[in-house]
Amino acid sequence: MATPSRPVPVLFRPFKGGPVVKHILLIGFGLVMLYPLLWMISSSLKPEELIFREPGLWPSQVTFDNYTAGWTALKHPFGYYLWNSAVVTALSVVANLVACSLAAYAFARLNFPLKKLWFAIMLGTIMLPHHVVIVPQYIMFSKLDLINTIWPLVMPKVLATDAFFVFLMVQFIRTLPRELDEAAEIDGAGYWRIFIRVVMPLCLPALATTAIFTFIWTWNDFLSQLLYLNNPDNFTVPVALRTFLDASSDSQWGPMFAMSIIALGPIFGFFLAGQKYLIRGVATTGLK
Amino acid sequence: MADTVAVKTRAPRKPATQAGGGGPRSLRARREARAAYLFLAPWFVGLLVITVGPIIASLYLSFTDYSLLKEAKWVGLDNYIKMFTEDERFIASLKVTTIYVVVSVPLQLAFALGLALVLDRGLRGLSFYRSIFYLPSLLGGSVAIAILWRKVFGADGLVNAVLSIFGIQGPGWVGDPDTALGTLILLHVWTFGAPMIIFLAGLRQIPSSYYEAAAVDGAGTLRQFRSITLPLLTPIIFFNLVLEVIKSFQSFTQAFIVSNGKGGPADSTLFYTLYLYLKGFKSYDMGYAAAMAWVLLVIIAALTGVNFLASKYWVFYGDTK
Repeated sequence: MATPSRPVPVLFRPFKGGPVVKHILLIGFGLVMLYPLLWMISSSLKPEELIFREPGLWPSQVTFDNYTAGWTALKHPFGYYLWNSAVVTALSVVANLVACSLAAYAFARLNFPLKKLWFAIMLGTIMLPHHVVIVPQYIMFSKLDLINTIWPLVMPKVLATDAFFVFLMVQFIRTLPRELDEAAEIDGAGYWRIFIRVVMPLCLPALATTAIFTFIWTWNDFLSQLLYLNNPDNFTVPVALRTFLDASSDSQWGPMFAMSIIALGPIFGFFLAGQKYLIRGVATTGLK
Repeated sequence: MADTVAVKTRAPRKPATQAGGGGPRSLRARREARAAYLFLAPWFVGLLVITVGPIIASLYLSFTDYSLLKEAKWVGLDNYIKMFTEDERFIASLKVTTIYVVVSVPLQLAFALGLALVLDRGLRGLSFYRSIFYLPSLLGGSVAIAILWRKVFGADGLVNAVLSIFGIQGPGWVGDPDTALGTLILLHVWTFGAPMIIFLAGLRQIPSSYYEAAAVDGAGTLRQFRSITLPLLTPIIFFNLVLEVIKSFQSFTQAFIVSNGKGGPADSTLFYTLYLYLKGFKSYDMGYAAAMAWVLLVIIAALTGVNFLASKYWVFYGDTK
């Protein structure tokens, strides 16, 4: 951490007036950045005809009509799509936690032939562009008759293909003292028991980071859901939101904004709750 | 940063395969290996079925004409030849994506580094600012934000509403081939929070004694930045650069939503992956899409390779830790 005596590079050195000016500039910049978001929130609360007459943030009239209209604008009530998204997301989170931690434990703690090669391959898959495999994957799932089910979305997670998280957990497990494993081993615990009772409980921070990122990425994911969910009865939130664009030739702004806000709500909630883990996850591995 | 990727396996007490290593020791090694493969079982299956298998299938398909409905027909290099000689939309998509990557990534990293420098000190409210700047990174890839962008930069959207207050008649932004890509670049720059956090973590690693020594020698702020901060940060700049190039070359959602799945106006937002999607899943030209996927793999591998080769000349791995 920075000590007060440390002369640090400061971009605003000319403003010897000091921190006040800097804070004003930072807050100003933050406002410009968040303005579109704030405008969307405020527009979702304005009557349709006011959205363009007032670019300002404070609605002169507050109404929840947009929310009620948006909720029922599509084939199903919007809660239906939220539920579909929640199912896919929850299964993905559980699958990632289990599959990635199993693999990470083996890479971090066990010796086996060709370990370095497998580990290198695992790192390589992090870099692999997802689009290289979408065509054959789609063909595979359609031959298995799994289009319009959640399997194509969840199966890759069950099989630990999110190598990012394997890597994250390997890095984390390596920081844990081995003496704990060895002590458990002397007490007669097998590998499975050491994994469940010793390593996993200490891995909670890494597990939390994995869970939160998996939640956010899956909730936001559009391409896979667009590919595999073609039936409005299976739509998740992103695919459902997209149908607003088709349905309205840009006329239903208010309802569309209102539902977009609802779609972003859970992410915002997780962000507030799990900031510490998110920041740490990004800082240690460069996840996005 | 790069050394976090270094694999530090603990040396086994004795090589497992050593002959005459004594019965119990090698037995133990075998048991350990068996356990390891069990723990790795889901990952191995995934590697085979979800990753390696499809990559090989993708290569085979790229030499065929295939549409899901009828048998694949071998056409040799036709798909690849057509791509580079006849397909104007393919060339357009390459151009659009290249412009997008070349412009948006450096801009994004410049913002990320600039803000990290401003925030990196005992600044009051540091975590508050960090969160505000990071939030767009989390939301940026979502459909909801892309919809918002489409509306903010619509002909009668927020930006033009603000401009009209000053009596300026703005262009149609997303509806205008000259400016549509610019709005997507801006959206990418808007998500500078994630690389910013990586920079902040990197700045923490620089020992403050360096700055103190430099200050004693009479180095000013700029000189300190140029001679200490920048060289020591180069590995992290490099890391961010590689990641962001790979990521932005595969951007899809933003372009899809802003152009409503068409890549318009006049193919000005036809990202590579969007065109791949249209080919594979709208025209069911799956052999062609597979060939495009392989070209993408080669491009990304080449870009990453070039990045690594060039890094020799500007990335400084000191012996500092």
